Amino acid sequence: MKKEKTFLQKVREWPLLLPVVALFLVMAVNIIYDAANGNNPFTFFMITLQNTTGNGTILYGRIIDILNRGSEAAILAIGMTLVVSSSAGTDISVGSVMALAASVCCVMLAGFGETSVTELRMPLIFGVIGGILIACVCGMFNGFLVAYLKIQPMVATLILFSAARAIGFLVNNNMIVYVRNDTFGKIGGFTGIIPTPIIIALVCVVLTALILKKTALGTYIQSVGINPKASRIAGLSSVAIIFMTYVICGFFAGVAGIVKASRITSADPNNVGLYMEMDAILAVALGGNSLGGGKFNLTGSIIGAYTIQAITTTLYALGVSTDQAPVFKAIIVIMIVAIQAPPVQAYFRKRRAAKLALQQEVA
Amino acid sequence: MDKDVILTARGITMTFPGVKALQNVDLTLRKGEIHALMGENGAGKSTLIKCLTGINDFEAGEIRMDGIDGPVKNHSTRDAQNVGISTVYQEVNLCPNLSVAENLFIGREPLTALKTIDRASYNKRSQIIMDDLGIEVDVTQNLENYSLAIQQMVAIARAVDMDCKVLILDEPTSSLDDEEVEKLFKLMRDLKAKGVSILFVTHFLEQVYAVCDRITVLRNGTFVGEYPIAELPRVKLVAAMMGKDLDALEAIEKENADFDKAEVVIDAQGISHTGTVKPFDLKIHKGEVVGVGGLLGSGRSELARSIYGADRASTGTLKVKGEEVKIAQPIDAMNRGMGMLPDDRKAEGIIGDLSIRENIILAMQAKRGALKPIPMKEQEAIADKFIDLLSIKCPSREAKINQLSGGNQQKVILARWLATDADFLILDEPTRGIDVGTKSEIQKLIIDLAKQGKSIMFISSEISEMLRTCNRMVIMRDGEKVNELSGDLTQEGVMNAIAGGEK
Repeated sequence: MKKEKTFLQKVREWPLLLPVVALFLVMAVNIIYDAANGNNPFTFFMITLQNTTGNGTILYGRIIDILNRGSEAAILAIGMTLVVSSSAGTDISVGSVMALAASVCCVMLAGFGETSVTELRMPLIFGVIGGILIACVCGMFNGFLVAYLKIQPMVATLILFSAARAIGFLVNNNMIVYVRNDTFGKIGGFTGIIPTPIIIALVCVVLTALILKKTALGTYIQSVGINPKASRIAGLSSVAIIFMTYVICGFFAGVAGIVKASRITSADPNNVGLYMEMDAILAVALGGNSLGGGKFNLTGSIIGAYTIQAITTTLYALGVSTDQAPVFKAIIVIMIVAIQAPPVQAYFRKRRAAKLALQQEVA
Repeated sequence: MDKDVILTARGITMTFPGVKALQNVDLTLRKGEIHALMGENGAGKSTLIKCLTGINDFEAGEIRMDGIDGPVKNHSTRDAQNVGISTVYQEVNLCPNLSVAENLFIGREPLTALKTIDRASYNKRSQIIMDDLGIEVDVTQNLENYSLAIQQMVAIARAVDMDCKVLILDEPTSSLDDEEVEKLFKLMRDLKAKGVSILFVTHFLEQVYAVCDRITVLRNGTFVGEYPIAELPRVKLVAAMMGKDLDALEAIEKENADFDKAEVVIDAQGISHTGTVKPFDLKIHKGEVVGVGGLLGSGRSELARSIYGADRASTGTLKVKGEEVKIAQPIDAMNRGMGMLPDDRKAEGIIGDLSIRENIILAMQAKRGALKPIPMKEQEAIADKFIDLLSIKCPSREAKINQLSGGNQQKVILARWLATDADFLILDEPTRGIDVGTKSEIQKLIIDLAKQGKSIMFISSEISEMLRTCNRMVIMRDGEKVNELSGDLTQEGVMNAIAGGEK
């Protein structure tokens, strides 16, 4: 006999349960801290309108800050999720590719050899397309190595991980290129009262979700990730599908790179996207996705990305200095990842089963 | 223990989760004999060897060796080597970038007074060992400079020099050519003359009759018997390996029409796949069921795979309904109306973490392309239709396919191909590991499909089920299509053809 699942069971089997719980935990820390310090315990959730000198009236609040600063990681996490799903490996070059895309975009807008400009040499859109295109080319290169030459993803993407930043410096003529222009600044700034990166991230997520929903790509990618041999016999081209996910990953690295460049009004190959590949991979893992490929959950990865940013923002709000924050971040991440680890999950399952058996025995 | 017996294994039993891999298996090795261990894939040969060499921990039974009091229980290959059992596998487990001499003495290098490695001495000793065995090599050269056969002999020399009394050779000839095999046989005979007992595992029947003295046959993890070579002609050996017991299945009526005039659906000419299938010609007509028989490893799966493009054909031309086609990968074959159910369901059939519905529509979706997704309503209808038609037992169509039993998984994969409405279906071992009831259902389905005008290539290890369903049979041996039987197919005739070489 099949019994109707109780609400509790349904919640337990909800794939996003842990990522969401993790996010709530971070929020709870904020509430407790604020309450303990005599502030309004819901400071964390407060969104207000503030007047600033540069940007006029804008939305302000901790949540807005998290959504804004978490944009790049969220955008990267989309591509990373697909790469992990199809190839059971990670693309560690995304941070460097961000830097390269930023450089190409800024140099196109500023002109080669310029270090600081306020006027754009060409319409903004050309620079943006240029940056994204070079990132796509990087994605193709990675995809070629992984899908066609069957090189392990970590090794294949290690090449651009180290090289892309250096290429960025070549493009920049070995300098940091500043583009202090309002049109360019809008990408990382504000559109009306809303931070533009939030809008860009939203568009990226919605667009990807739509494509996955309206085509069979989602099934293709997961199928190839779970069993490439069987997928091939069933008529899927594993090679083409894996290649494609790396190109998509490159594309989003390009978008994230340009957002970052605009945010800091410059292309600094040393700093744009530094360690971002780690945040992107972590976002995928926090989202409850297996890094062993196969089934993926895009929403989970996005929640994961914002959770990471929420942790960072919370630590700053708690007054932890920028240099020490990674320590606490690491502790929190270890806890979240450990809760999701199979042995820990198995332990909880076993305890539940034991409790159930005990109850039945008593009855 | 008899005086001339070196090793006995009695009542060896070993289970893997859910599978009885070995059940009460006996083995007796005499001094200075070459003993063949025969059986189809999955019969338990490797498992038994691993029990002897200490890789597997068997549950019941005991192993005794000459000169050792009490039962021997090896816990590692090192233990096994210490009591005198050495193994040489199909893939040479040596270091190609070290010299022959280094390989011979790896882990047991002779030392000088200063506890450094005594290179001069071990090069000299190595050369003596190799000369002694009649293997012509320069021991200072790197192993990778020599052919696979020589590498294998070096592995054997290493085992012999470690004072082994029992040498286990696991499929040593599968990657050697005829001349190299001959060299290996000479070495085996020399070792036999020196009193070494050899347990020889191979799937080449000819080779068994060329060098062996005795044969032990296993089937489905059980001991079938031990026979002197003279008392077990090929046909009997094949019968012992396959088991002749007919399944108690309901009678199935097959269409016995004359297919020569029917439309030719598949016309393969000179198709081959380097290393596995020698060039073959094959015509398959509309509505015909063609069986492919032969021992496992005879190239019968590979024949099908080279038609379907699962392994890209190296030579030959393929005509589908009279039109010449180029097939580089499975999707090309699918677009020509083919479908293939592979023999290894786990590795090449199911997409484990996806739902039954997704597994069923996968091939159909692949044919339509990513941009034309099958609407969810339609997917559900298709899935429900086949779950009903093939009576697939499952909690719901959204359940993951790995939660199903083997037979139901197989039905899902069948449904995948039926959903594509393929004209030509290759079914490679569709009934393996499936209970008797489901088996007969699948056999009936095959005949029904043929009646609907589909052409089917049916590959199976069970001759009886092919006799029941096939109109014609192709016989494979050692990668070669050696015979084609039609008309009245009999068990006797098919087994004779599979064994071959019987005079």
